[in-house]
Amino acid sequence: MVPTQYYLILSAILFGMGAVAFVVKRNIITIFMSIELMLNAVNLAFVAFSQARGKLDGQIFVLFVIVVAAAEAAVGLGIIIMTARNRRSLNVERVDLLKL
Amino acid sequence: MSAPLIVFFVLAALAIIGALSLILQKHPIHSALSLIVVMVALAGLYLLLGAEFVAAVQIIVYGGAIMVLFVFVIMLLNAGEEEHTDFSKLAKFGGLPLALALTGLLAAAMVHYGGAVPNTTSPDSLANTSNLSTMLFSTFVYPFELTSFLILVAIMGALVLAQREKS
Repeated sequence: MVPTQYYLILSAILFGMGAVAFVVKRNIITIFMSIELMLNAVNLAFVAFSQARGKLDGQIFVLFVIVVAAAEAAVGLGIIIMTARNRRSLNVERVDLLKL
Repeated sequence: MSAPLIVFFVLAALAIIGALSLILQKHPIHSALSLIVVMVALAGLYLLLGAEFVAAVQIIVYGGAIMVLFVFVIMLLNAGEEEHTDFSKLAKFGGLPLALALTGLLAAAMVHYGGAVPNTTSPDSLANTSNLSTMLFSTFVYPFELTSFLILVAIMGALVLAQREKS
């Protein structure tokens, strides 16, 4: 048996790396991918807790998170395509109309 | 060291290397491939945790559908190498310690408040997929129906956003 703590620590590490990637990356598609990485890290924590407590609610929640992530990916990539068409660039630094 | 522990460490190392590669690669298509590695490693971890259905869904929906969508958009937009922009000095020197602090804080909080839960059930008694479906279609049937509505809205939103404006 692998202790639950190990899964939780791995989940925290992956979430932290996703957060770092979100801030460091300049390509809008890669930034979107780092959001998926963070969602995956949270899913791992859900499944680990579900197993530790012997209840299936966590796994159901993971299924819902996956559905929401799929919907989010569809809408987000639509937005990315529109932005790329209007700005002719995928660099987020170039999308600065709201900046003072 | 027992066999599950070895499998865990191999998969965990794979996931962390994939995530590191996601950060370090310059080309978005390489980042996408690294993310697929992370997702497959996580599916293996779900199997190790006794969550077969979630592992299958992880491979099919995440590793399959969502990542294909990402790769498709990368190729559609012909995304090239990332442009390099300079960070501010504050971000350069404060960023890494802050990220480490976030990770450490998350890990400490989760382990402290949740990790000490006694393992009451053996993983086999959590007989999975049939119980999961029973729960999904009885206790959680209302949220389940709501997600189908959410997907419908997402399809329409994506269509409206991505279509070309008629001149």
